[in-house]
Amino acid sequence: MSQKEENSSFYEVWQRRTQHGDLLFGWLTLFFGLVVITLVFAIGYVVWSGSAEARDRFGFGFLFQTGWNPVKHNFGAMPAIYGTLVSSLIAVTLAGPLGILIAVFLSELCPLHLRNPLSFLIELLAAIPSVIYGMWGVFVFIPFFKSGIAKPLASTVGQWLPLFAGPVAAGRGVMVAGIILAIMILPTIAAIAREILAVVPNHQREALLAVGATRWEMIWYGVLPYSRAGIVGGIMLGLGRALGETMAALMVIGSAKSTIENSLFAPGITAAALIASELPNANDSLHESTLILIALVLFGITLILNILARLLVWQVSRGPVGTIRA
Amino acid sequence: MTQEVQIQANIFSSLITRFSNYQNEAVGALSNKIQALHFDFYYGKFQALNDLSLAIKERSITALIGPSGCGKSTFLRAINRMHDQNPTARAAGRIFLDGQDIYGPFTDPLLLRRRVGMVFQRPNPFTLSIFDNVAYGLRVAGWKDKKRIAERVEEVLHQAALWNEVKDRLNHSGLGLSGGQQQRLCIARTIAPKPEVILMDEPASALDPISTLKIEETMFELRQEFTIIIVTHSMQQAARVSDETAFLLMNAETRAGELIEAGPTDQIFTNPQDKRTEDYISGRFG
Ligand SMILES: Nc1ncnc2c1ncn2[C@@H]1O[C@H](COP(=O)(O)OP(=O)(O)OP(=O)(O)O)[C@@H](O)[C@H]1O
Ligand SMILES: [Mg+2]
Repeated sequence: MSQKEENSSFYEVWQRRTQHGDLLFGWLTLFFGLVVITLVFAIGYVVWSGSAEARDRFGFGFLFQTGWNPVKHNFGAMPAIYGTLVSSLIAVTLAGPLGILIAVFLSELCPLHLRNPLSFLIELLAAIPSVIYGMWGVFVFIPFFKSGIAKPLASTVGQWLPLFAGPVAAGRGVMVAGIILAIMILPTIAAIAREILAVVPNHQREALLAVGATRWEMIWYGVLPYSRAGIVGGIMLGLGRALGETMAALMVIGSAKSTIENSLFAPGITAAALIASELPNANDSLHESTLILIALVLFGITLILNILARLLVWQVSRGPVGTIRA
Repeated sequence: MTQEVQIQANIFSSLITRFSNYQNEAVGALSNKIQALHFDFYYGKFQALNDLSLAIKERSITALIGPSGCGKSTFLRAINRMHDQNPTARAAGRIFLDGQDIYGPFTDPLLLRRRVGMVFQRPNPFTLSIFDNVAYGLRVAGWKDKKRIAERVEEVLHQAALWNEVKDRLNHSGLGLSGGQQQRLCIARTIAPKPEVILMDEPASALDPISTLKIEETMFELRQEFTIIIVTHSMQQAARVSDETAFLLMNAETRAGELIEAGPTDQIFTNPQDKRTEDYISGRFG
């Protein structure tokens, strides 16, 4: 008797599950999840197989080689790796703290009636196409940078610090690219950090205020630590954008593909810019294959940095031993 | 002509009398630890408290009771100016702490909050270690000596009946504790810098009976040193722990909270003067 009842109730539960599509929904989401994974592998495979010729020819040393001469088939990835990493690093060091400050201002200090217009404006900045940032860089920022920053720096600090040494003739270079990238990713970081700060529960703020903390202490010891995992995530998104940015970087970095200069004012190249500028006129298979290998390198760089970022997020969000919040 | 002068003189003298009445009331009130005088509170246009006058005695436990929405939290948070964060909130009237007007121009909210600590309804430890949760308030209050800080942390963790549970993991996160432990941590954090007044907004509402009992024992001990105001929905708790009780009720027409009755807890619970207090205490509404 009771056996029968249990069976029927199990049947009912089963029926309810299928009726509302729990199973179907499960399979559907699983399917799309697999599609994403397949895509990653497909891209990886294409880049891997496409670069086979160049890999066979140059081997592992390609990563540490300088030089770029398509006619003589003399290629090295080092300048592109250096340019990519350094310009992105400059971008993140500038835009990270600034973006957090903007977010703090918007969510904690800004008068209420300014908050929404300003936030909207920042999100608008994030939507401007990168070619426009590039153009602004070429026509507005570079002239200013050359006379206002680069030349004074080169003639003073640059005398003994090779990093800031001259000449700054054209103005285009790794530093400029980094700054333009910083401006580009600033709104991304600020917008994400603002959203993160907005969901910090008020009781955290009140906890600090109630012990007599100032507003600044409340932000520094209460709000920011509470949201550090999310903020690091936002910075990493910005970094990802800087690493992959093609157009703006290409327009302002100066396209020095074969060498690495000590000075940040000297021209350089990024991996993405290199591919974009050469692929249209690559007319032998080795050249093409080398560019695909550069793509593979870029793929690797983003992958490694993302893994490092994950570890970092994991590390900081753990906080003191035994934190339960992810 | 003379008539007009007469009228004006009348108005003037009545103003004087009203003012000096107010002054007398104030002077009489200054002997209390905390004294609210004709205190109104507004959220934007909405008036949440109307003409609240209440005296709080030093080194005693005062319970604020009343149905939900009658303005208990609003009043409590007004005492340490927690509303300062809220741009639409506005206070009128006076609250005195040791005779000093809390909303006066010479009161610094940061110094005020060091004298008036607060324990919230939901436990809200900082994202710091258990030790630092308590030590932070001390550092804000200007304590420098590491050894003294460590001693004080241990002392208040004992006082909050938490020491035995956390002594082996002081460097673990405060967020890793259970809800009841977190609340006791928050109490320890609040009493560490030795405030004069402790405000507690339903400190035990999220806790099991045993933790509640522990907190009540802690409060009883703290009464020797501190002035405590506690908001509670539990009549038993109010009757158990408090010396004085104040009953607030929302005015049905204006929806503003008003003080109905205040006095020694025994009297409020055994012999309330107001019918509405009696109804509320006996559970007939609210
Ligand atoms: N930040 C706010 N903005 C606008 N109105 C508020 C705000 N906080 C409280 N109120 C209103 O003020 C009135 C009193 O609220 P309060 O929180 O003081 O009540 P309470 O007595 O503490 O209630 P409870 O027992 O449910 O906690 C309520 O009508 C509430 O809706
Ligand atoms: Mg309340």
